[in-house]
Amino acid sequence: MTALGPKEDNSLAVLLGQTLEGVAAVIEQPQGEAVVTVEPEKLVSLCRRLKEDPGLGFDYLRCLSAVDYGDHFQLVYHLYSMAYGHKMVVKVNIPLEDAVAPSVTAVWRGADWHEREAAEMFGITFTGHPHLVPLLLEEGCDEHPLCKSHPMVALRPPRNGDS
Amino acid sequence: MPWYVDITARVGAMLIFLILTVLALVWLERKFAGRIQMRLGPMRTGYQGLLQSLADAVKLLLKEDLRPANADRWAFQMAPFVVFVPIFLIFVTIPFSRELVIRNLDMGLFYIIAVSGLSIVGIVMAGWGSDNKYALLGAVRSAAQMISYELPLVLALLGIAMQASSLNLVTIVEQQRFLPNLFMQPLGFTLFMVAALAELHRSPFDIPVAESEVVGGPFIEYSGIRWGIFYLSEYVNLVAVAALASLVFLGGWEWPLLPPAAWFLVKTFALIMVIMWVRATLPRLRIDQLMDFAWKILLPLAFVNIFIVGLYRLYQWPTWTVSLISLAMAIVAAATVYHFPGGERR
Amino acid sequence: MQRQLDTVDMTLNMGPQHPSTHGVFRMVLTVDGERIVAVEPYIGYLHRGIEKLSETLNYRQVITLMDRADYLANFNNELTYVMAVEKLMRIEVPERAEYIRVILCELNRIASHLMFYGAMGSDAGVFGTAFMYAFQAREKIVAAFESVSGARMMHNFFRVGGVRDDLPRDFGPIMARLIPQLRQSIEDCHNLLGHNEVFIARSKGIGTIGPQEAIDYGLSGPALRACGVAEDLRRSDPYSIYPKLDFRIPVGKDGDCYDRYLLRVEEMRQSLYMVEQALEIIPPGPVMAQVPKVLKPPPGEVYVRTENPRGDLGIYLVSQGGDKPYRVKVRAPSFCNLMALEHLLRDCYIADCVMVLGSLDIVLGEVDR
Repeated sequence: MTALGPKEDNSLAVLLGQTLEGVAAVIEQPQGEAVVTVEPEKLVSLCRRLKEDPGLGFDYLRCLSAVDYGDHFQLVYHLYSMAYGHKMVVKVNIPLEDAVAPSVTAVWRGADWHEREAAEMFGITFTGHPHLVPLLLEEGCDEHPLCKSHPMVALRPPRNGDS
Repeated sequence: MPWYVDITARVGAMLIFLILTVLALVWLERKFAGRIQMRLGPMRTGYQGLLQSLADAVKLLLKEDLRPANADRWAFQMAPFVVFVPIFLIFVTIPFSRELVIRNLDMGLFYIIAVSGLSIVGIVMAGWGSDNKYALLGAVRSAAQMISYELPLVLALLGIAMQASSLNLVTIVEQQRFLPNLFMQPLGFTLFMVAALAELHRSPFDIPVAESEVVGGPFIEYSGIRWGIFYLSEYVNLVAVAALASLVFLGGWEWPLLPPAAWFLVKTFALIMVIMWVRATLPRLRIDQLMDFAWKILLPLAFVNIFIVGLYRLYQWPTWTVSLISLAMAIVAAATVYHFPGGERR
Repeated sequence: MQRQLDTVDMTLNMGPQHPSTHGVFRMVLTVDGERIVAVEPYIGYLHRGIEKLSETLNYRQVITLMDRADYLANFNNELTYVMAVEKLMRIEVPERAEYIRVILCELNRIASHLMFYGAMGSDAGVFGTAFMYAFQAREKIVAAFESVSGARMMHNFFRVGGVRDDLPRDFGPIMARLIPQLRQSIEDCHNLLGHNEVFIARSKGIGTIGPQEAIDYGLSGPALRACGVAEDLRRSDPYSIYPKLDFRIPVGKDGDCYDRYLLRVEEMRQSLYMVEQALEIIPPGPVMAQVPKVLKPPPGEVYVRTENPRGDLGIYLVSQGGDKPYRVKVRAPSFCNLMALEHLLRDCYIADCVMVLGSLDIVLGEVDR
């Protein structure tokens, strides 16, 4: 199903290992995709490296997701290299309290709205984001509905005239 | 019969005729556009939906006349009439046949041009008075468009006036007994029709009322009967322009067999159908392309047209030469426009 | 002489109730006369919390939500989601089911692009004709869908492990009639707009974006291919039976509205070609794999992406072992494409704004989720 067979995937992992040596990143491959877990402080420099390294060229941010694991948030960056067809995942764990992560909008402009969405849905602050205002939720809504602690209820009681 | 009874009867008859024509035209347009779009158009109200526009008119009459809270009251409420009256005034001197006319003026053509330019005031009033940015944008677009396209329109008519040496519409028509001006000045006719489309705010020049951009433009805030009057004037204007074109270019009533007024109506309606056909087919130009088209293409061509007619008058050339030159110019112009469409390309 | 007349920029609020923002999209334009100086998009008017809802429903029920994300490409959305669950559970889908899925998805792509065509025509100012042309063709496809799934839009037809039912017995004859009609309709549509001088003048050179910027913004699908990047997941990251089908990936050159339009027209032709091939070689057999009554994927996570009509639809699915997904993130192509709007609208006119938005072909159900 995936474009990268196990053999190629190893080579990407090897390549990643060589390039990221000294950045202290963990590389594992469940489901056939290289995964790099990184500290929040090193995220931007790592991403920049992944994007600008001529052998990797991860120039396309496929997806930026945030997951609430109960004891910590995880930011998941799915990257793709248009030139080589490489796929990889970068993960960042951040604490529930003081949920702050550096913004990668300077690396991929396409991270903009994804980060705004994660910010309002989970209450994560992305430092360095140019315009971190709520995107999808109603104005003035200060709840973070996608957190696991948030109950599955309407954000506000229905008003008159709501259908 | 005292003069005021006479004139009231004539104007009343004309008004009734126009309202009935507009009802018919609305139906016709919906049917015609429907057929072009592979659908039936109105079918439910009366036979083939014939009563549809009547039902719509009744609905408009009964609807509430809304006025936005911040609207400029006088400008907003007067605007529909300021638009409608000048357009209706055009019909004072439109002859349906030699005798069938409210008042045949010696300066008929001049009068029509003068009066038709007035209705833009109403549109700007509507745009300003609505206190709505879309309306304002539409009104400003409309004013700019009117100014730009009035020129080629008038210059195209000037060619006719030069040729006929008259501004009297009856005289102009009678001179076309053997050869309609369409064949004499194909270029002038083309210019007139294109400029008329813009004057009418009809596709592809319906920029002031563009549904997908400014959502109806100056008419965005209107409802009920005031909107109905705008709608009415739009169609009356359509009839007026088509009637004028059929008078000065297609020879009005001057064809054999049918009664004169019938010929006139046939020609007018044929032109209206063409305008509807264009509307159902073409996308809309952008405002800068529209301006480019008017000033860089239509206006120079209009001067060329006058120049040709002037030479013809001055040197008494045979008729066919001017026809040929005019036709050739029209074709060259069309080819040029086709290959270099107006508007900057970024 | 100094400037006598001082002009100020005007703020123009376009949407959420505007006929050509394709739903409830809103943008605040700062305009200098007719020229756009700045644009600030606002979304979220159709936010229904699909991602949160997914966490409270079991794996099968989530399919219905995916239908409602991109409501013009329901099958494609279902496909992405069921593929994600299948990948997580390592379920092999019967071959016939894969064929049925691809046939329906490609037909849905045509239906979606026809919708794009109609909306783009209306945005360009054709008085309903383009829209009607497109809808008559789309209507036939939707009727065919109805014969398959029983619904015209919200199908809920794909299942984890296959599809709900086999194709109806008369599906072959239906398609034999439909395909030539569709081919004709696509050409008719293209002849109406594609060669029209006014349309070309309105769309050529408008809303351009270069390949580098497009990748940077995360554009995908026709919007990305229009700038010359031959990136199609059906080819570059093949899934289902696409490797068995012969098709061409059209690529644009200038990345403007006209290229995006042309590209979609060509994609419709290619999709039709794919449907024909798939119908020819569709094998008999079961349409549903053996799956447990209650779907409980093992803990883990998976990211699956497919080529939606609008672009690269990704679903990030995290399972903690229960019968409900732990987290579902939908990477909606319209959402990402819309991010580039500010770039695309640079130095445009108000009228272009409508064209650019139309050429991006956004679906607000998917943008807001």
